[in-house]
Amino acid sequence: MTCTDFLSQLTDYFDGHISPELLEEVRAHTASCSHCEVVLDTTRKTISVYKDHEVYEISTEFRERLHAAIMAKCKQKSQSGCN
Amino acid sequence: MVFSTFLNMPAIQSPGTEEIHPDVALVARAKEGDTAAFEQLVRQYERQIFRVAQHITQNREDAEDITQDAFLKAYEKLDQFQGNSKFSTWLVRIAVNESLMRLRKRKTSKTVSMDEDVQTEEGAIPRDFAEWRPNPEQLYGQSELSEILRKTIQGLPPGFRTVFTLRDIENLSTEETAEALGLSVPAVKSRLLRARLQLRERLSRYFRQPKEGQPA
Repeated sequence: MTCTDFLSQLTDYFDGHISPELLEEVRAHTASCSHCEVVLDTTRKTISVYKDHEVYEISTEFRERLHAAIMAKCKQKSQSGCN
Repeated sequence: MVFSTFLNMPAIQSPGTEEIHPDVALVARAKEGDTAAFEQLVRQYERQIFRVAQHITQNREDAEDITQDAFLKAYEKLDQFQGNSKFSTWLVRIAVNESLMRLRKRKTSKTVSMDEDVQTEEGAIPRDFAEWRPNPEQLYGQSELSEILRKTIQGLPPGFRTVFTLRDIENLSTEETAEALGLSVPAVKSRLLRARLQLRERLSRYFRQPKEGQPA
């Protein structure tokens, strides 16, 4: 497996959609190529750091506005006879 | 790709999903006019919908408007929801559609089409091979780390950051992401690879292990 082959398998590798044979090849490649080993490790960390951190928080003020708007819509719909 | 027909798109039939999702009962009650059931669905998904809209538009005010519009639209169109795809995926699809329309309206945004190839080679080939040690969480405090993550994802082309957001942050499957964006599965995979590699490359500036003799 070349470094280019390794990159082409990276998405399937992280998504767990890789055949056992290719998985073995990826493992063998990263064991012998320090650059690809780093790419694998730091890409994994890239994914997990975004998964584990709430980058954007919804504000309490907006939540209140959102629920008020939805309740108003529900009320409007039920008054119009949809309910 | 036209997104206006997405509400009527055939629902996703994921393999092996015979188990009934708890949302099905809530949606059924909401369809019958139970507002408490719909409120429960809003509470469950408001954070996710807001995150998706904020990641795509990179604007808090827009994201708030889109979140509200998406839930109101979902409420209006509840009868069109077939129940074969997950309710959350259907909602995300509405929010993505609204977000992309909002981006297109902005004069400053050039690359917002999901079916155009994103014209950049940046990050397609890894160049930074430094290890990340210690881990990012050990290097930065919570708020500083969040700021780095925000700044970094903002720099990605919209087509890349949308795919990354849906797949890696919101955990949609590749097929669900493809359907939500009107892309083929190979196109989603290709964008996802490049989004991950670009983010990795950019984050490496902050997280790379300093060379010996250099301050951390």
